[in-house]
Formats: sequence, structure tokens, C-alpha cells
Amino acid sequence: MGSLILGPFGNAVSMRKAYGEALVELGRARSEVVVLSADVSNSDFSYMFEAAFPDRFFNVGIAEPALVDVAVGLAKSGRVPIANTFAFLFATRAVEMVRTHLCYGEANVKLAGAYAGLSDSFDGPTHHSITDIAIMRSQPRMTIVVPADPLAVYRLLPQVAAWKGPVYLRLCRNEVPQIYSREYEPVIGKGVTLMDGEDVTVISCGVPVGRSIQAVERLAENGVHARLVEMHTIKPLDGELVGRCARETGAVVTVEEHSIIGGLGGAVAEYLSGDHPVPMERVGIPDTFAESGPYLELLDKYGISVDAITDAVQRVLARKSGECVQPVYRKI
Amino acid sequence: MSGSARPVPSPRVYPYGTAHTPEMAFDLSRRAYEYRIQVLRMVYGRKSGHIGGAFSIAEILTALYFHQLRLDPGNPTWEDRDRLIFSKGHACAMLYTILAHRGFFPIDELPTFRGLNSRLQGHPEPQKTPGVEVPAGPLGHGVAIGAGMALGARMDGSRRKVYVVLGDGELNAGVIWEGAMVAAKFGLDNLKVIVDYNGVQQTGLTAKVMPTEPIAEKWASFNWHVMEIHGHNMAEILNALDRADEIHARPVVIVARTTKGKGVSFMENESLWHGNIPTDDQFQAALAELQNGVKQWEV
Repeated sequence: MGSLILGPFGNAVSMRKAYGEALVELGRARSEVVVLSADVSNSDFSYMFEAAFPDRFFNVGIAEPALVDVAVGLAKSGRVPIANTFAFLFATRAVEMVRTHLCYGEANVKLAGAYAGLSDSFDGPTHHSITDIAIMRSQPRMTIVVPADPLAVYRLLPQVAAWKGPVYLRLCRNEVPQIYSREYEPVIGKGVTLMDGEDVTVISCGVPVGRSIQAVERLAENGVHARLVEMHTIKPLDGELVGRCARETGAVVTVEEHSIIGGLGGAVAEYLSGDHPVPMERVGIPDTFAESGPYLELLDKYGISVDAITDAVQRVLARKSGECVQPVYRKI
Repeated sequence: MSGSARPVPSPRVYPYGTAHTPEMAFDLSRRAYEYRIQVLRMVYGRKSGHIGGAFSIAEILTALYFHQLRLDPGNPTWEDRDRLIFSKGHACAMLYTILAHRGFFPIDELPTFRGLNSRLQGHPEPQKTPGVEVPAGPLGHGVAIGAGMALGARMDGSRRKVYVVLGDGELNAGVIWEGAMVAAKFGLDNLKVIVDYNGVQQTGLTAKVMPTEPIAEKWASFNWHVMEIHGHNMAEILNALDRADEIHARPVVIVARTTKGKGVSFMENESLWHGNIPTDDQFQAALAELQNGVKQWEV
């Protein structure tokens, strides 16, 4: 194992630029793909699609409910619309449209949520998106995909477009390390075992996958053999893999750039509670709003540092061995 | 229940382009009253549903489904069909009644409205009910979704048109005006919106709850072509739908002045009858009035 991971990581490259390029490639491959924007196309890089296919790009203005509803109309006319705006706006302002027409009405619309998590770091908590997975995940029929690096965006976007039904694609704003080798071939709905181990399983998604790799390597230096699973699809969750990891390693830690309420950690905890409960911790943003600041430092301060991951692993290992250890959700 | 037999379905459709005659207008007007009777039975039978807004839209929906829309009830997903988005979803008892009489599903199914295992949900659900295009109920979606459908038709090079039926209370919602701007920006002349302007919403007069006048000027200032008509006058409805097809490069809105609860004197213009359920006596009284309404159009 381990061949899926670049060692060392590649240079940090822009995930939104990767998205823009992948979108253009998708547009070339599939003429029914259309792209909509709520006037942030130079932020999320969907402007690259507009430049390549101006007749298939629609800027509806700063109007997220209309963004989703116009996409619904196009989907009902046989197009595959990819709607673009900031992640938090899909999950807050436009969520009634998402529920009623994408989920209940089964409109085949894809939502590309830009600037997710803390990645629009300097713009502050109004622009952070730390509850979007919880909100989207609770909607029946929704599929949620979270790429971890630029290559993952290239590999997953065509699958998102081909997926039958609504998809929420959660994207990072920033330059992020390239963590995957060319052998990485994700499939929606299937988790990827990146590193094997038998003591504990770390399950992660998105940009924190890189930090999880570092944490698992550090644990190995201390004799802890952690398994690392990348769960790029939060819904439908690969429950078979989650259950198997719980059985085989007896402890689970989830790591995500999202509130500890209702995200990947929530999904895994819900699954295991009905399958094979084991000591578990959720690494993520405590139940709080963050603040403005540099991205990587925000991740560190708001619960998603490499130390936070290794500490959580130590706690579940202690509980696994019978000790009584309270979970620690860091107070900010 | 003697004297209250089911309305007899008239299979007659006046295809798009049929010249309007007084007989055609009379026939469609008569049917609108028959459909009101059906809606009354459905809501009274199930003790659930919305009568007032269903009655105000009767003539307009009848004109659309039995004349204006190019549809194939045997093939409800025919790609080049005209689309109708019934945005005021709470009034769906009338939509279901008209879809059934148009042949989309058996008329016998109408009494299952709002019951367990029914295809006729409390508010429209496209996967369950043939002829329903999109869900509705949460108000305000129609214009923006219609704009998307109209864009799709244009991209396909199709002559199909998109009709949207709005309530007037719905005009309170911001997304209506977001959609209106999108449709105007893209010059969607294949999009035709009809506002069932009955002047009454759930808790009172629209003029009091949330004043929307001057409504024609509002739409005009959003760069729409605006027409105003009497929404229970079949000849005016038919003519307006024809005129709407003559407008180029701009979306069209027909503001139809209607009466909430139209056809039953004690229901008319009363917000109570947005969602009230008739008692036995009220049912009989309403039925008698609507049967008179049918008779007035019999030639």
C-alpha cells in the first residue's frame, strides 16, 4: 500500500484552477453540460468554461435561489447543469430550492460549492462553510463528493456529471498539496484505503487527508499502525468499508474540515452505532464559528492540526484498551 | 347525493391554433364549472385541501390544457411538449382534476387526493403524477424554473413554450423577481407567465398583507411584456394566450384579475376559503351554486 500517495507531497497547486480546467475538459466531452454562476465565476474559476463555451454558460447574477431554480429548469430540459457559487450559499440561502427540486423533485443538477470549509479564510466566518455537509447530507437522494487534491478534482468531476441525480461537490479555494499519485482512481461511493494498519482507522476527506497522512506517518514512528481511509463520498457512505475497518482495527477517528456535528464524523458514527460500535473520535471544527486568518493556521487553531489527529488516535487507543478517556473537544 | 353526479368528462380538445368561437368559449367555461364541482368533492371528501385558489384558476387552466398547450397525455414526457409549471401548488386539486379529464390518469383516481398510497400528493410531485412537471408548494419557484426550461428549449432549437401559473401571494417571494430578471436578461419570449391575481392570500387581502400594486408596472419595469385581463372571461383568456405568442425578445406576463373562491358566493374573496373545509350544509350550498354555474354556460 502507499503507492497512491506521493512521497513527498507534490507542490501546492490551486484546486479552483484544477476545477476550471476539469470543467472545460468535461464541457468538451459532454455537450449537454451547461454551467451556471451567481456572479462569482472569477472566484471559482468557472470563468474558464465561460471562455470556452460562452453559449453554455449563464450568469444569473447574485441570486442563489434563482441559480438553483434556473438550473432545475435546464435539468428538466435534458441538460446537465453545474451550478456554481460559494458553498455556504448553497447550504443556506438556496437550500429550500435544493431540497424541493433537486432532492424531492429529482432534478439532475450538480452543485459545485466553492470556497468550502475554512478555505476562504481571510473573508471570515460569514464566508466559511462548516455546516454544509450536515445540511446537504440530511436531504434524501443527495450525493456528496469531497475531493482531497487537484488530481481528485480531475478524476471525480466527470463522475459527478455522469452520476444520476443531484450531487453536491465540495471544493477548496486554495493552493493545496498534491497528495495523490497517478494510480489514484476514485469511484463515487467507494472509500479508498490509502495506508494499511491494524491498530486504528483514520477516515478523512478533503484537504485534511494530507494532514491525516502526516499524522499516520508520525504515529507509525511511535509504533502505532493506523489504517488511513479516504472517504471522498460522504453520501452514500461506503458503510461496508467503515464497518470492516471498525471490526478489523477496533477504533476509528474521523478527520474533516467541517463542524464535528453532522459531517463525515456524524455519518461514520451513525453508521457504526447500528453496525459495530467502537471507540471513536471526530476531529473537526468544534461547535463554533472560526475567524479571519491564514488558511493553514486557521486549520491548526480550529481543531484540524496534525497534533489534534494524533491526540485523538491516542485517546481512542486508550479507550480501546479499556481505559476511561473523555473525548476532548478543544475549546477555542 | 341525487342531482350531484360526477361531472361528465368531455374529451374534446380544441388544438392549438383552433379559431376561437363563442361555442368553444361557452364549452370551456362550462367545463371550468364542472371542474370546480370536482374540486369541491375532492376537498370535502378528504376534509383537506385548498378550494379558493383552485376556483380562481379554473378558466385559465381549462383554456391552457384544452386549447393552448401542445401535449400528449399518452406520452407525458414527450420531449417537445409545452411545459406548464403550476407554481401555486396548493391549488393542485384543480390541476389534478384537469389533468385527469385531459387523459393523463383515470378520473376515478381523483377521490384518492391526499390519501395514503395515492399518486395525488397534497402538493404536486412529478414522479407520482403524470403531467406534473416539477414539485410545487413552497411558493416562488415558477419563474426561475420556467426561465431555465425556456433556455433549454431555446438551446434545443425547439418551438416548445413554457407556461408558468403563479398566485398573487407568491409575488411576495424574492425569488420570483430574481427569476423575472433572469428571463428578461436572456430575452426569453418562449416563457409565458400567468398571474392568478385574485387579491386574497392566506390571512387576508394581498393589499393588506403585502401590497403588490401597481403589479403591471412592476413587471413592465423588469422588462417584461405585460397584459392584463379578466381571468374568468374565457374569450379574453384565449385571446391573451394568442397575443402572448406574438411577442418577440421579451418574456410575457398575463396579469389575470380573478376572484378567489369564484363560483360560490360565500367563498368569494374570503381568505377563510384559502384552506377551509366545507361543512355538510356548506357543501350542499356550494354544489347548488356551482351546478347553476354549469347551467349558465349550457347552450
